[in-house]
Amino acid sequence: MPLELSQQARQRIAAVRARYPEAQAACLPALWIAQEELGYVPDEAVALVARELGLSAAHVFGVVTFYTMYLRQQPGKFLIQLCTNVSCWANGAYDLLAHLEERLGIKRGETTRDGMFTLLEVECLAACGQAPMMLVNDTYHYDLTRDKVNALLDELRVKGTGHA
Amino acid sequence: MPEPPVRIVTKNFGVKDSHRLGVYEGRGGFRALRKALMMKPADVTAEVKKSNLRGRGGAGFPTGLKWTFVPPGSETVYLVVNADEGEPGTFKDREILRQDPCLLIEGCLCTAWALGCHHVYVYIRGEMYEEARILQAAVDDCYQKGYLGRSVLGVGFQCDVTVHRGAGAYICGEETSLLNSLEGKRGWPRLKPPFPAVKGLFGQPTIVNNVETLANIPAIVENGGEWYAKLGMGRSGGTRVLCVSGHVQRPGVYELRMGIPMREVIDEVCGGVRDGRRPRCVIPGGSSMPPLDESELDVPVEFDALMTDARIKDVEVAPGVKFDVGGGKPLKTMAGSGAVVVLDDRTDLVAACARLMRFYAHESCGQCTPCREGTGWLARVCTRLADGHGRKGDSALLASIAHGIAGNTICPLGDAAAWPMLGFLTKFRADFLAKEPQ
Ligand SMILES: Cc1cc2nc3c(=O)[nH]c(=O)nc-3n(C[C@H](O)[C@H](O)[C@H](O)COP(=O)(O)O)c2cc1C
Ligand code: SF4
Ligand code: FES
Repeated sequence: MPLELSQQARQRIAAVRARYPEAQAACLPALWIAQEELGYVPDEAVALVARELGLSAAHVFGVVTFYTMYLRQQPGKFLIQLCTNVSCWANGAYDLLAHLEERLGIKRGETTRDGMFTLLEVECLAACGQAPMMLVNDTYHYDLTRDKVNALLDELRVKGTGHA
Repeated sequence: MPEPPVRIVTKNFGVKDSHRLGVYEGRGGFRALRKALMMKPADVTAEVKKSNLRGRGGAGFPTGLKWTFVPPGSETVYLVVNADEGEPGTFKDREILRQDPCLLIEGCLCTAWALGCHHVYVYIRGEMYEEARILQAAVDDCYQKGYLGRSVLGVGFQCDVTVHRGAGAYICGEETSLLNSLEGKRGWPRLKPPFPAVKGLFGQPTIVNNVETLANIPAIVENGGEWYAKLGMGRSGGTRVLCVSGHVQRPGVYELRMGIPMREVIDEVCGGVRDGRRPRCVIPGGSSMPPLDESELDVPVEFDALMTDARIKDVEVAPGVKFDVGGGKPLKTMAGSGAVVVLDDRTDLVAACARLMRFYAHESCGQCTPCREGTGWLARVCTRLADGHGRKGDSALLASIAHGIAGNTICPLGDAAAWPMLGFLTKFRADFLAKEPQ
């Protein structure tokens, strides 16, 4: 079956479109809506967003690939984004990154085989006062230690299996 | 802990449910808006000019002056709020968005009135999911209560606010890149001129201001520009919000008097460096600004002082050769975004610098060759030096690459990489040389 956006997503895109004098300006919000619905933005979704807004697929493709937060591949159920920039770096972020890689059995940029976790190393997330920190899906976690990370991973694993 | 003279931007921080409209109203919210709507728009701008408010996004440009660059008689004017906060070490705007979104909205409304703007776009960083929700909820409530919409407070002034989420790109914090991104394009910076105030969003006159800058506007409207200017120091009005991180005992967001000495910030406000260590390297205004060494910490944290104070060494391109920012002016450092990162005397500063250079290489948009290639080289050479695989002459090589980038690019990201590179080399040269094979 060809990929389609739900009626609800299409309505949301139309509503967002109305906030701007030009359709193109709704490009980023529409891609967000598509990603919320599908979990990522595959090529078919690029074409759908382009169609909704009356833009060329080539333009939308150029946009999708410019920004790091549009995922071109299905991520794990939990997307872990660990900041390793200067304040987090100074507070042991690389030690935590190594620890996460070891616990999850993957390298940064990879997804666990069970599809549970994707691990990314990212730049400053504007929470440097509570370093080291990471973003898991849309929630910030602060003042991390190895123990805190372990407890969180256990909790997420339970949550992830529960809903599977 | 020394108290600031007055709290403007953080006055509602820590208050229960401070992000709710009802709480904001209960604490005097929207008094300034009511006053502004009784004033002539040009008089609001005049107060802001008098206030000596300077942009808190990084450049420290006088806000009121910027507003006057909108051509008189412009039919459509946009106000765009820069909530993209991505400069490493900076975490104040996110706190304002979380704790006091209504203050930002009131600041936007007063500004929109002054500018004759009817649609405000808030460009918020993509990773700030929760903050975007909090802000959107506050915006929705403001529509409901008549602070936003067709007729603000029933006076017939239409003003809309749209929250627009970014999608992960540091460069989109640069104002012209932000405008392209808001228009649904790749976030490539534009050549200036034309400046956004003349030709910005959708080709119309546009003022881009930082979150914290706008959060100061209600207090200026309410108490007058002179009051605000008097709180400050020299040509910089108001208080100074600093976000301090790194190796201090008590990191956090603090609203302090303008011009407080850096040493006082570290020792008194933040309880000093952890484990009884000493501060060795202090980034004074976000990672794009040259760092200070321990001997330079008595300078006041104020826009002009950090650029000119004689106690701060001039940044050099080679020992004894000053870096010229243009017209023979030496580079010291800048107050930037108010992000203070304190690194102690155990820190491997070559590794710290390498981490920053990897950041710039990753975030270069690739439009200009000196920036795209140069930041990549800075990252690679600095990283190999930090990792113990450096070559003889790498320190000089880093300086010459940085020098080749500075001033030769479309947007300031090139300088933002080159300046700290040269700053680290100037102040901690021995650390770099010690990593070269002997
Ligand atoms: C690479 C780069 C990144 C920037 N990032 C931000 C940012 O995240 N937030 C911000 O307010 N200003 C940022 N700026 C500064 C903006 O270009 C602009 O000067 C500012 O938003 C103007 O607002 P202000 O006058 O109120 O400070 C950045 C500039 C550059 C060159
Ligand atoms: S200086 Fe760098 S980031 Fe700025 S436009 Fe040029 S390549 Fe892009
Ligand atoms: S350096 Fe990690 S959040 Fe800023």
